Amino acid sequence: MEWYWLPEYAPRFLEGLWLTLQLLGLSIFFGMSLAIPIGLAQVTGPWPLAWTARAFCTVIRGTPLLIQLWLIYYGLGSLFPFIPGIRESMIWPLLREAFPYAVVAFSLSVAGYEGEVMRGAFRSVPRGELEAARAMGMSPFKVLRRIWLPRALQNVFPTLAGEFILTLKATPLAATITVFEVYGVGSIVRQETYRIYEPLLFVALIYLCLTFVLVIAFRLMERRMPQRSA
Amino acid sequence: MKTLTTFAATATATLMLSTGIASADVTIGIAAEPYPPFAEKTADGSWTGWEVEMIGALCEAMEETCTIAPIAWDGIIPALMSKKIDVIMASMSITEERLKTIDFSDKYYNTPAVLVGAKSMEMTGDPASLDGKYVGVQVSTTHANYVDAHFAETADVKTYNTFDEHNQDLVAGRIDAVVGDSLAFQDFLKSDAGAPYEVKAELNDVAIFGPGVGAGMRKDDTDLHAKMNAAIEKIRADGTYKAISDKYFDFDIYGG
Repeated sequence: MEWYWLPEYAPRFLEGLWLTLQLLGLSIFFGMSLAIPIGLAQVTGPWPLAWTARAFCTVIRGTPLLIQLWLIYYGLGSLFPFIPGIRESMIWPLLREAFPYAVVAFSLSVAGYEGEVMRGAFRSVPRGELEAARAMGMSPFKVLRRIWLPRALQNVFPTLAGEFILTLKATPLAATITVFEVYGVGSIVRQETYRIYEPLLFVALIYLCLTFVLVIAFRLMERRMPQRSA
Repeated sequence: MKTLTTFAATATATLMLSTGIASADVTIGIAAEPYPPFAEKTADGSWTGWEVEMIGALCEAMEETCTIAPIAWDGIIPALMSKKIDVIMASMSITEERLKTIDFSDKYYNTPAVLVGAKSMEMTGDPASLDGKYVGVQVSTTHANYVDAHFAETADVKTYNTFDEHNQDLVAGRIDAVVGDSLAFQDFLKSDAGAPYEVKAELNDVAIFGPGVGAGMRKDDTDLHAKMNAAIEKIRADGTYKAISDKYFDFDIYGG
């Protein structure tokens, strides 16, 4: 084992770690913002909406994330030469960077998987509770905000924590579209120093620590949730 | 996307006949990514190209049975060290850094690195002309080292895993220029997608690019090393080298 390279690459690992955290955080935020309406649409939506939501989940869950990522990054990129003026447009600085594409791809993935989880979650809330809330005179939106959503989230909280850990471990795929997050930096070290085990072990250790932090964070949040003894 | 070259059939044929009086099998590692016109995959899955034909000719000269093993570029030196392959022939430049880990045969070719950019854009090999521009390069190549040393201060550098990927982003317009091997760009510049681009400058820095491209081998494999150098000399002398090269290039790829 040789670790002489570690001090030299430490700043880049820090940058990579920051990228990984941003990617994970943004994907979970945008992904869950989509997953909740997608889950709800599947349970109560009118059929065209329910059908669209279900189709979305099936497509996202049924295709490899790597291919989705490449379709979004290189696929869209191959269309740019045919769109006149795109390189002079206001959004071009965003379109030329790779990071936004990674966020979009990962958010859609989170939305697809968690949309399905949320479908089950909304369905698992006892109808009686919703009816009781309605009988209290709450509007449908208030029922959702006060009863349905909190109860649904509470039911699937441990599942979601597990899913987010899976998302964390999918982030190395971003390195294939020039987003050099933790894994990407690790592979640069591998290629520049020709050491194999040490950089890989180091990267694995970082992910292990991140997972540990996620688990602890979710457990704390779970404990703060009001529990109803059955 | 990639135009298939016409020498496909001849190249595969050359490989097939690389039998002879075999002492031990030699596994030759090539990069699993297409790198035309040196190595690319034909529709039937076999490999073809100048370097692949050269492997056939060298194995024949060494009187060895050779098997070709495509390995991902970033794992090719580890594959050599762990004896999955015995020789690397993947257009790998001889460098000081690599010589710390592995040994190289004499060079078997040497081509200049170039800067490629859009015809409509003003730029030269001068770092100042790349001020604020995005430059793409393949990760852990001598070209990446050059870009780090000369362009990193003025330009925004983006690194890619494969040669194809930075060309795709060049066409997409996400990067303004790419740095790579002049020959590897030949096919791209001739293709429809590559038509709006041209070679802007030749880049020279012997300290970075070294003497050229050699066959990588393990340091303790001295027998093979000697055989390989003898084989390179033999095909250079008996005209095999020139015969193969003439099919692909209209100039001397061996370099000065």
